[in-house]
Amino acid sequence: MSPLDSPLAACLALLAAWGLIGVAGLMRPGSVVFVGRTLFPLGAIVGLGVALVAVLGVGAPVERATLVIGLPDLPMHLRLDPLSRVFLALLGSTSAGVSLFASGYFRKGQGTAPGVLGLQYHLFLASMGFVLLADDAYAFMVAWETMALTSYFLVTSQHAIPEIRSAGFLYLLMAHVGAIAILLSFGILQGGTWLFSFDAMRASTLPIPWATAAFLLALFGFGAKAGLLPLHVWLPEAHPAAPSPVSALMSGVMLKTAIYGVLRVTFDLIGDPQWWWGLVPLALGLATAIFGVVFAAVQTDMKRLLAYSSVENIGVLFTGIGLAIVFHGVGMGALAALALIAVLYHSLNHAFMKSLLFLGTGAVLHATGERNLGRLGGLIHRMPWAGWLTLVGVLAIAGLPPLNGFVSEWLLLQTFLFSHEVPRPFVNMLLPLGAAVLALAAALAGYVMVKFFGIIFLGQPREASLASAHDVDGLEKAGLLWLAAGCALLGLLPNQVIGVLGSATTQLVGSAPDTASQSWWMLAPLPERAVSYSPLILLAVIVGVIAVAFLIVRAVYRRPVRRAAPWDCGFARLDPRMQDTAEGFGQPIRHIFQSFFAIERELPSPRDVAPRYRVSVTDRIWRDLYLPIGGVVQRLTNAVAWLQQGRISVYLTYSFITLVVLLAVML
Amino acid sequence: MSAVAWLTQFLEVLAALALAPLFLGWVNACRAWLQNRSAPGLLLPYHGIRKLFHKDAVIATDASALFRMAPYVVFGAMVAAAAVIPSMGTGLPFRSAADAIALVGLLAIARVFMSLAAMDIGTAFGTLGARREMMIGFLAEPALLMIIFVASLISATTALPLIAERLAVQAPAIFPSLAFTAVAFTMVLLAENARIPVDNPATHLELTMIHEAMLLEYSARHLALMEWAAALKLFNYACIGFALFVPWGASLGDAGLASLAVSIPVLAAKLAVAGVWLALLETVSAKLRVFRAPEFMATAFMFAVLGLLVHLLLGA
Repeated sequence: MSPLDSPLAACLALLAAWGLIGVAGLMRPGSVVFVGRTLFPLGAIVGLGVALVAVLGVGAPVERATLVIGLPDLPMHLRLDPLSRVFLALLGSTSAGVSLFASGYFRKGQGTAPGVLGLQYHLFLASMGFVLLADDAYAFMVAWETMALTSYFLVTSQHAIPEIRSAGFLYLLMAHVGAIAILLSFGILQGGTWLFSFDAMRASTLPIPWATAAFLLALFGFGAKAGLLPLHVWLPEAHPAAPSPVSALMSGVMLKTAIYGVLRVTFDLIGDPQWWWGLVPLALGLATAIFGVVFAAVQTDMKRLLAYSSVENIGVLFTGIGLAIVFHGVGMGALAALALIAVLYHSLNHAFMKSLLFLGTGAVLHATGERNLGRLGGLIHRMPWAGWLTLVGVLAIAGLPPLNGFVSEWLLLQTFLFSHEVPRPFVNMLLPLGAAVLALAAALAGYVMVKFFGIIFLGQPREASLASAHDVDGLEKAGLLWLAAGCALLGLLPNQVIGVLGSATTQLVGSAPDTASQSWWMLAPLPERAVSYSPLILLAVIVGVIAVAFLIVRAVYRRPVRRAAPWDCGFARLDPRMQDTAEGFGQPIRHIFQSFFAIERELPSPRDVAPRYRVSVTDRIWRDLYLPIGGVVQRLTNAVAWLQQGRISVYLTYSFITLVVLLAVML
Repeated sequence: MSAVAWLTQFLEVLAALALAPLFLGWVNACRAWLQNRSAPGLLLPYHGIRKLFHKDAVIATDASALFRMAPYVVFGAMVAAAAVIPSMGTGLPFRSAADAIALVGLLAIARVFMSLAAMDIGTAFGTLGARREMMIGFLAEPALLMIIFVASLISATTALPLIAERLAVQAPAIFPSLAFTAVAFTMVLLAENARIPVDNPATHLELTMIHEAMLLEYSARHLALMEWAAALKLFNYACIGFALFVPWGASLGDAGLASLAVSIPVLAAKLAVAGVWLALLETVSAKLRVFRAPEFMATAFMFAVLGLLVHLLLGA
């Protein structure tokens, strides 16, 4: 049997290939040329293969396999179904671009050796693939933990820096708090059968209180991985710490495995979600979206800004999941499918856009050594490739047509337009208001992205050293191009994408939007509403108008452009420091959303010899939630530490007491 | 699609391009009369644009290609927006390509490109203008979306020509929700088109300007396109307002040539009244401090959300 007959076998072979590529790096761990220029491009090809295998047979029947590895009598069940295909396609296609970029990125051997980094990187990819294929709790948790650990090592690859070590610790902590919740959720889902395969969980029906508990635990566990409020605190720490390709993968792909997990548990394993469950992810998602984007607007570190923007997008995704649960629960299947399409589409979009942006910051970081927006500027002149390709990502994530971010936003808003038809009083009036919050978050995302691009790439260089910045090289360029092309294609061909995603929604909620009967260029998922959107025509019209305007202007008023010093209202001594800083650009947001932040100001007195103005804007949740929890844990552990007397006779006494208690219980 | 539909489409875009500067001139003239000044000629905006096209373009030495591209993109987005707004007829062939949400997206393209271009040279005024424009925009955009949402809920579609058509054929009842959204829409229109009380199109007062600050570095043909696009934006917003709140008189569906011919004077009358109304609003209100502008926009947003809530409560 050739591997093509069995896509699952092909997938496994490709995941194993990732593992092998990783191990091969250990042969010459110090060689940048071997690991970077040979192994990473191979990894990109494997990624492409994963995406192709996943997409090509998208309508094929579900395939299962059992791997007899691991613990005796506990084989690993695997399953390739439409939902895992969608996310495998996301993993493969995004990682192809990121791996291409990474091959040019790991140049000098700082921190972890390139070979070891390559091993961690490819194991990280393979474990994410395994998460998507796992069909029992045991295999899932093994893959999930491998994913957490490999990404932890990747985050801390520059482990000589204390901040990076503490960021890594925070990440590991949150990952494990989440993993415990997921494990407990699986524990409930087995429903007393003690069978931990997903098939057993699908078959068992739980009483509603237990099912609710399983859902909430899963939401907590996967929410911690995704960065749902208030579990988002690790994201803005871990993303800036990691090397840019790793940030791209974590933000673009790993967060989506959490979305996958929520969908899998809610719609597949539990199977019949109650409609009111949806209100929890909906409310949390909206709060997360606003919170994330407002914080993104005031950041001064470009990767932290992107991390908060990821928090926002996770909020949007959970909002969609919440809507889908509500619609599914009240029996509006077609709308549940539409909401899920929006979620899956946005996952895919965000994977491409955010990876592109993180790689863009990687290029800037490499060229300048700066992450601080206050020391960048004007880079579009020195780095045209990085600049223009990043602009594609910026426009896409700002939700502008005809790029991809707009399509998922459009779908989600269309879904919201139906939410008043939910046959539940009171709720049906509150749900549409969610659209207002979503629209606000989307518009703020535009603000954030103008700040991000404008301050890094436009204007005057804020530091003299930026004049020597170099552009991306060939392989990096290819990676950026791949992701930018993905953003454009996902935006221009929504019908084709939805055709693929539809198989997953059919699996989860039993219906999919009918795209086959529509014209291929026209997105019209709601025939009864007579609404449609055609990005190709829209693009053609805009480009046509621009071309005509340009040609007419050129033909009629052909005068050369003269270059001169900037006018600036006649002010002659223009200085780069007169531009807005990152803080300055974020100031209106800081002013309007004051209550979101914990703001500390340090204002100099008029008599200060060396006056210093400082303002620090930090996360309230960290101060008001995490530090108290940390304090309680500290006090509890101090109390428990009393047990550790350090004398062997005391420990023997403990053993004695334990034995007595056990004997008393047994007898 | 009938030939009349394509004719309507063509005429609408042409009318938008041709009439937008006239509408701007009309608003300015009305404002001058109301303020007891002698009015500039109605055709002054045309002269301005023509003059600019004839000049030599001067741009800053360190302007990037984005700076030269932006006027064309802004202009293109505005023309594309004009093509989906049913100013004369609702049977537009282009209406299936972009609905009202895409229309908001088109306006956002213009805003983002204008702001990016303003940041390109790296002058203090440019970035200041960009920041303020985005500050107004991030509240105006969701407010406009919510206004469209209310109309969409009433008419069960998001395609703007269909909204206008379905609102027009209904009995001329007054929807309380539309009353709220009309207030919100007026506020958004004023803010988005850099009118008093948010911005003043007549001055270059450095500390308060928003729109003009972004255009300071532009000259000649680039400036002409930007000015024309700004006039188109005002015209587009006025026509969005007509479609949502006074859709009567436009040629509905495939109504034929006669109805199209009627719709042209109707549009002219609506524009004339809208110009007086705008000038009146601008005359009776005072310019807000920039820091108060977000409050103004937040009020508009809340009015729009209130309109949505009223619709959901009353079903009207």
